[in-house]
Amino acid sequence: MMLEWFFIPPAQRRLLLSTGRRAPTPWVIAIMSFTIVLIAATGLALANTATVLSQAIEARYALEVPGGGANLAALESTVRSTPGVVSSQSVPEREMRKTLERWLGPEADSADLPVPALINFDAKPGTDLSALQRRLQAISPGARISAHRDSVAPLLQSLTLLQAVAFGLVLLLSAAAAAAVVLAARGSLDTHRFTIDVMHGIGATDIQVTNLFQRKIAIDALVGSVAGGLAAAVVLLLLAGGAAFARDLTGGATLGLIDILILALLPLALTGLATWVARTAVLAALREAL
Amino acid sequence: MAAVAEFDSVGLRYGTGAEVLRDLDFRLRFGTFYFLTGASGAGKTSLLKLLYLAQRPTRGRIRLFGEELSEAPREALPPYRRRIGVVFQDFRLIKHMSAFDNVALPLRIAGASDEDVEGPVREMLAWVGLADRASARPPTLSGGEQQRVAIARAVINRPELLVADEPTGNVDAEMASRLMGLFTAMNRLGTTVVVATHDMGLIDATPGAQQIRLENGTLVDPNGALRAPPPAGAT
Repeated sequence: MMLEWFFIPPAQRRLLLSTGRRAPTPWVIAIMSFTIVLIAATGLALANTATVLSQAIEARYALEVPGGGANLAALESTVRSTPGVVSSQSVPEREMRKTLERWLGPEADSADLPVPALINFDAKPGTDLSALQRRLQAISPGARISAHRDSVAPLLQSLTLLQAVAFGLVLLLSAAAAAAVVLAARGSLDTHRFTIDVMHGIGATDIQVTNLFQRKIAIDALVGSVAGGLAAAVVLLLLAGGAAFARDLTGGATLGLIDILILALLPLALTGLATWVARTAVLAALREAL
Repeated sequence: MAAVAEFDSVGLRYGTGAEVLRDLDFRLRFGTFYFLTGASGAGKTSLLKLLYLAQRPTRGRIRLFGEELSEAPREALPPYRRRIGVVFQDFRLIKHMSAFDNVALPLRIAGASDEDVEGPVREMLAWVGLADRASARPPTLSGGEQQRVAIARAVINRPELLVADEPTGNVDAEMASRLMGLFTAMNRLGTTVVVATHDMGLIDATPGAQQIRLENGTLVDPNGALRAPPPAGAT
């Protein structure tokens, strides 16, 4: 039975002396679990932000007309009438100046400052944008079409990189948790060396000895990882409570049901990892004896 | 299968030191009672360790229960260890467990349920005079009581080979006689018994027992009891 190690009779569990005081293992695992869940949540939120952003701009283009919009109506009409263009909106000059005001201050309202005209439009995939560009340049020679995805590409790349960093950190912290478990397992083996020798002398197998340690460490890991996971959940709920702040941070992207499921499974996965590592470490250490 | 243990040119050294046991060639017959004697440092405990599979020989071959175990993989050893009862000189009781749990350990390791353990352990504790000390932990027991718990643990699963290192060293004469009575009774039921001792009185009080004497790591065989019978057809 795969879980026979967990259902060891109480009489055999007593072989490992419990001092009533827990070793640092649950605390270490709790800290790791807390950090892993928060970093994973950040990574998933970044992934969602990138998805929302790239979906929003995938088919979006901007027509930029330097020097203002003398032929703006004709340009907009040409854009609208092009097969494949789904929608278009010209950005009012007032709004453009308001945007520039963030950098230039009141000077942005100066009539001396030339503001380009801007028409945003959405086009289906396969739309012949080269032909549209030629028609638009015939009307206004400086007109230029640019894809939003090209402008936002560096940001998306940064988001992808941050996701990779988050994933790497989760792996690193998991590895650190595993290393802590190995140290704890070896420490526990040293503490109980005498009992192990007696058990071996009486005919206990390595598996019987290992099951005792595996159960103990699995419980420590479960307690620690669930506690850490719950603490992380509280932090995430507090962040979600300040919804406006969270929206600003994530660009409107939130954690979906699958993301929450993944986050909920992380502490259990950490427990599974710790249990497996403990078993492997104990078996390896026992093989060093006769 | 006439021999419970066969030693063939066995030698043992610890690390890079000199050999503590040299050229041991002997057989222990099933159902025989042996005393292992020798001065301190002669190698008695080392020989017992080879017998109860706590040590591998550095040369030669050892067969136990008809199986060559000198180089057997460690996973193969537990079933053989369960057929051996060991009384350690230092008792080796688990201090945080009760006398009951210490005695029950071999049965539990062999897979017995709590119901199957209860009766035999109570009976064995009563036999060694510790019925009322079942829940006591070893540090609260006297040396003699600890020794009796150790003996009860060694014999609880009726081993085929019983190995005891100075088993009466910490008990009074009456209890020593009683414990030797237990060993003799087990021997009559077919258990091969090997007792390391300095107590010549104990040997004299055990009729029919064979004596193995170690001197400086080599075997002395005063009674000729250990020589293997000549192979069939040999002249």
